[in-house]
Parts: sequence; C-alpha cells; structure tokens
Amino acid sequence: MGNRNRAAEPASRPFPASAGVASETDRALLERLRRGDEQAFEALVDRHHEALRRVARTFVPTAAAADDVVQETWLAVMCGLDRFEGRCALRTWIFRILVNRARTHATRDARHVPFSAIEQDEGPAVDPAAFDADGHWLSVPPRLEADPEASVLAAELRRHILLIIDALAPAQRAVITLRDLVGFESEDVCSLLHISEGNQRVLLHRARARVRAGLAELVEAPG
Amino acid sequence: MRFWRPHRRRRDPLVCREFVELVSDYLDATLPRHERARFEAHIAECDGCAGYLEDMRRLIGSLHDLPDPPSDPTTRAVLLRAFRDLRGQP
Repeated sequence: MGNRNRAAEPASRPFPASAGVASETDRALLERLRRGDEQAFEALVDRHHEALRRVARTFVPTAAAADDVVQETWLAVMCGLDRFEGRCALRTWIFRILVNRARTHATRDARHVPFSAIEQDEGPAVDPAAFDADGHWLSVPPRLEADPEASVLAAELRRHILLIIDALAPAQRAVITLRDLVGFESEDVCSLLHISEGNQRVLLHRARARVRAGLAELVEAPG
Repeated sequence: MRFWRPHRRRRDPLVCREFVELVSDYLDATLPRHERARFEAHIAECDGCAGYLEDMRRLIGSLHDLPDPPSDPTTRAVLLRAFRDLRGQP
C-alpha cells in the first residue's frame, strides 16, 4: 500500500530551523523591547513563559521554585536587553539565562538530585512483547490520532500529550520540550543543557518513543 | 568509500524491533547513509513500521504546534509592571 512513497519523503524537521544568530525579526523585536514597548514584551512573555516553566521544572524540585526561576529570568531579560549583542537568537539567550538560574537554584537545594545525574533509561522504544522471536511485529501496531488539528478530541489529546511529557524523567522532559515543543535545533539543546550530541539523540529518541507509547495506550484503552 | 564495519553487517535486512529504535534519528536526518538505506528498504516492505514512522512524524510535527495554556494573569501583570518600571517611557 503506497509505502514506497513514504520512503521517498524528506526526513527533514517538520518546522523551520531556529536561527543560530539573532534574525531580522529578533532585531526588530529587540528594538521595540529596548524602547519599552509593552506590547512587545507581553507578546514575548506569552510566547515563552509556559515553555520556560516546563524547562525550569526539570531542574528544580517544585513548581513554586520553577516559577521563581522563570520570574528571575524575565527580570534578567529586562535588565540585560541593552547588553544582549545578538550573537545568538533572542530565544536562545532567554533560555540560556533560564538554565543558568535553574542550575543555581538546583545547586542551592541540597535535597534535589542534580540534572547531571540523569536517569539511566536503557529500555527499548517499544515493549519487546510486541515482537516475535525474529524481531517482527506480532500484529500491526495501532495507529495514532497524532494530529491534534485533525482530531475531534483535540483539546483532550493535547492535555494527554502534555501529561505524558510531564511524567517523563527530567532529562528526557528537558530535551523533548526544547526540541519538539519549543523547536530548538539539536546544537542549541546540547549547549543549553551541557550534554553531548549523542546523549541528546538518545534522550530525544526515548522521550518521543515514550510519548508515542503513552498515546498508543490511550488508543487501545479509551476512557 | 570504506567503512570499518564488516560489509556483511550492512547488508543484513532490518527487523521491526531495530527499526523502531532508529525512527527518531531518521526523522532528524541524523541516520548514517548506510543505515538509512536499510531503514528505507524496510519501510517499503512493512506496513506496521511504515505506520509507526508516519505516526511518529505527525506526532513530532504536532508537538510543535501544541499551544501552551495561557500564563497566569497575576504573574503576567507582575511582569508587565516590572517591565514598565524598568524600561517604561516617562
């Protein structure tokens, strides 16, 4: 059934790459922010606030601590607008501030396991029971309604995806949030989280497989 | 072009269990060329894996479009006031 065509599709990212340096849009936005344009600042907060909270939460032990980190980040952004030189994208700069603040908080809280002690999740992407002895599917895996726009259960599905992501181990959660929710390129994620390219790929692979598996459970056992 | 892996290994057909471990790298175009050829040869023969790949492609695409809930209005107001104090025009 038309599988040959699938193989020919490009394997590129489904959305545009993030710019390595500040783009024209970034520069225009920066100008407005420096002039004290409140609408520009509001838009910036709306665009990034929740993602910043998600990423902060992977470093610190409580939601309240994450909120503190994000608040501090925004203050640092406001104060640092004049010093930002545009050597990276505005978004990268903001997330870098966040990660630095979050690390400082995490270090201060002795009870918290630091991010560097990342979980050892060596499990396979799919439950081995789904395959026969030769490694072939025992039965064709169930298909997902993975496109929220095409689903009548759009809102419900979104909520589930975010719940599944929230339940992932911190390092996987940080990587899938930055790569797939926010849309950073892998180089940005590696430098933000201080992890190697190989490590990033494994964490992302595990995280995506877990999200897919979580949704598959939903398809198999609705309600 | 020479590879350090034995030639025979690269000719082995991929099985589904291996396929699912390579999907993420394939979609990010980070799969080495010889692995990619094995991967694509498998898609052409296996409906289960073709479906798995397609689901994963759509899932990743939809994650990026997943809207976040709106920020807490109080927090927003606090941030906006701070911005006004720090950067606002007199």
